[in-house]
Amino acid sequence: MKNKKLAFESLRTVLAVAISLVIALVTILLVSDVPGVALKAFLFGPLDSMRHFGNVLEMMIPLIFTGLAVGIMFQADQFNLGAEGAFFMGAVVSSFVAILWPMPAFIHPVVTILMGGLTGAVFCGIPALLKVKWGASELVSSLMFNYIAFFFGLYLINYFLRDPNAGAMVSFLLPATAKLPVIIPKTRVHFGLIIALLAVAAMYFFNYRTRWGYKNRLTGFNSLFAEYAGIKTAAVVISAQLIGGFIAGAGGSIELLGLYRRFSWTAQLPGYGWSGVIVAILARRNPAYIPLAAFFLAYLRIGADLMSRQSDVQNEIVAIIQAVMIILIAAAGFLEKAQYKMVFRDATKNLPKADNTAQEVEG
Amino acid sequence: MKDFLQIIFTTQFGYSVLRVTTPILFAALAALVSDRAGVINIALEGIMLITALTGVLFSTWFHSAWLGLFMAVLMGTLMGMLLGYFHLKLKTNVILAAVALNLLASGGTIFVLYLIAGDKGISSSLASKVLPKITIPLLDKIPVLGPIFSGHNVLTYFALLSVFLMHYFIYKTPLGMRIRAVGESPEAADSVGIGVKKTQFIALSLSGMIAAFGGAYMSMGYVSWFSRDMTAGRGFIALAAEAMGGATPIGSFFTSLLFGFFDALSNSLQLLRVPSEFVQMIPYVATVVGLVLYTATKRKQYQRMLLKIGRQMEPKE
Repeated sequence: MKNKKLAFESLRTVLAVAISLVIALVTILLVSDVPGVALKAFLFGPLDSMRHFGNVLEMMIPLIFTGLAVGIMFQADQFNLGAEGAFFMGAVVSSFVAILWPMPAFIHPVVTILMGGLTGAVFCGIPALLKVKWGASELVSSLMFNYIAFFFGLYLINYFLRDPNAGAMVSFLLPATAKLPVIIPKTRVHFGLIIALLAVAAMYFFNYRTRWGYKNRLTGFNSLFAEYAGIKTAAVVISAQLIGGFIAGAGGSIELLGLYRRFSWTAQLPGYGWSGVIVAILARRNPAYIPLAAFFLAYLRIGADLMSRQSDVQNEIVAIIQAVMIILIAAAGFLEKAQYKMVFRDATKNLPKADNTAQEVEG
Repeated sequence: MKDFLQIIFTTQFGYSVLRVTTPILFAALAALVSDRAGVINIALEGIMLITALTGVLFSTWFHSAWLGLFMAVLMGTLMGMLLGYFHLKLKTNVILAAVALNLLASGGTIFVLYLIAGDKGISSSLASKVLPKITIPLLDKIPVLGPIFSGHNVLTYFALLSVFLMHYFIYKTPLGMRIRAVGESPEAADSVGIGVKKTQFIALSLSGMIAAFGGAYMSMGYVSWFSRDMTAGRGFIALAAEAMGGATPIGSFFTSLLFGFFDALSNSLQLLRVPSEFVQMIPYVATVVGLVLYTATKRKQYQRMLLKIGRQMEPKE
């Protein structure tokens, strides 16, 4: 029965993804003058060269981190959307550590990433604290803090780390000692991928094999029940957001050290926090599925980028796919009737004949 | 400090407070109507963005700002209905459905803008129309008050009027009463024959409709073009304004005005020698501080009330 339920859930996810893709394909056919070129680039572009496939793997890395971060906060039923700001602030603080504190190689990235993670934890911890202490909605305050983070980060970079010789508003060059090494030749895929996969394993273990993770899931499932069962839900809720913030902040740091020569997110927030929401929902909050979901989303985005370069269709089409996917996957009512039918059939299959049960009740 | 006071105590500043309050006020009233029905609508941000673009596009095509506004309002209502359909029929968590709509709005508007205007940032290549400004006769002759209150966009006056319309609607009409009943206790409302889901659906549609006025104002009044992500969190700020306003129309009006004040301050202070990053942060910081102060006092009041009840319940010697 449990397997069947899981199979049904997977089927629903696949169907939701399929529907959103069909909508995107129809849109491409409608708006493009060269639909053949556009479709080919969108669907198969990422596979046509090692470099393009490398791009997919690169993009997976930040998505895994923010997906894990959002996943654990949602798991505790906390709609903290601060992963966006945590990712950004993690990268800002990491630029300071990387540029201002010279350290030998190997140690430098480790310290930098840890500092980035701590920054993220503090950042996501503030809305958590405001909620627990004063009851302010973590949803609204975390959204506001994202904007505050952006302007504060810009201020820090602009006044303390700005390279006057660079044309745009960017930081000084990041030193080579802090950078993460490339692990797949001829691509830019860096050591962050390995850290990301280790983080996935750690979060899976945390979620399903530790008492803490169990408390977290129970609190998210039914916080009143958890409270009556003797779990200190306030502590659980705060710790979930601290851990989530740490992962997001470390992710920002790793993205910076792996792919960038300077800190250069000065036009707008990079948006990986919101992508994390999509990844977490696609993976149904189970850490084990996060890499799969991140890969899928990264593939879509790289495909869309290639399409916008090779044809007249813009890469923002991904926004349509994402929205439809989120809604259908999170929709409990989607295919509900089919699910009822399945459950009903299973439940009635092994029952004895109707008249037998009637006798039993009488007797 | 002297410069600072010089900026605030001018009629231009008073005028600009009302100007920037308008979209926040519409969005706060939109948040109010759905919140009162027991559904939080965080899709306001996306609805405003989409309707801002809708207004620009249709006012260009129809050569009429009013038809642009009409189409924007229609679009906003449809968006509200869409959210209602996802939440009430497909049973998607309302926050996730709204996050999806917001992401769709952010990327989708750029997609459509590029298709039609050939630019990913701004709609300036389109000859879109602007809703008229209204000079109020007599009032505009009065010194101080005239320059502050006269000559605003027609939607600014409509926003102020909407506060009273909303007050009347939510407290005096049968539908408003049903909305409040559903929000306060869905079970009780259901037991007396009020369709809970139907009422919430209507409330979300209304919410989308009101937010659309805010969106249309952004691109056809506040400025005369659409630019990417131009709502800049106003839909979220409005949620805080509505919560701080105690979910009442009059209260939401004053808190919207407060946030409008900080927004205008941030616009004006850019002339001073303060790091512009800090100035731009002001509306968001003010929102967080306001929200925390409000919920903290609310919680204290509640605890005091519980204590009082507890004391009354104690057996007397």
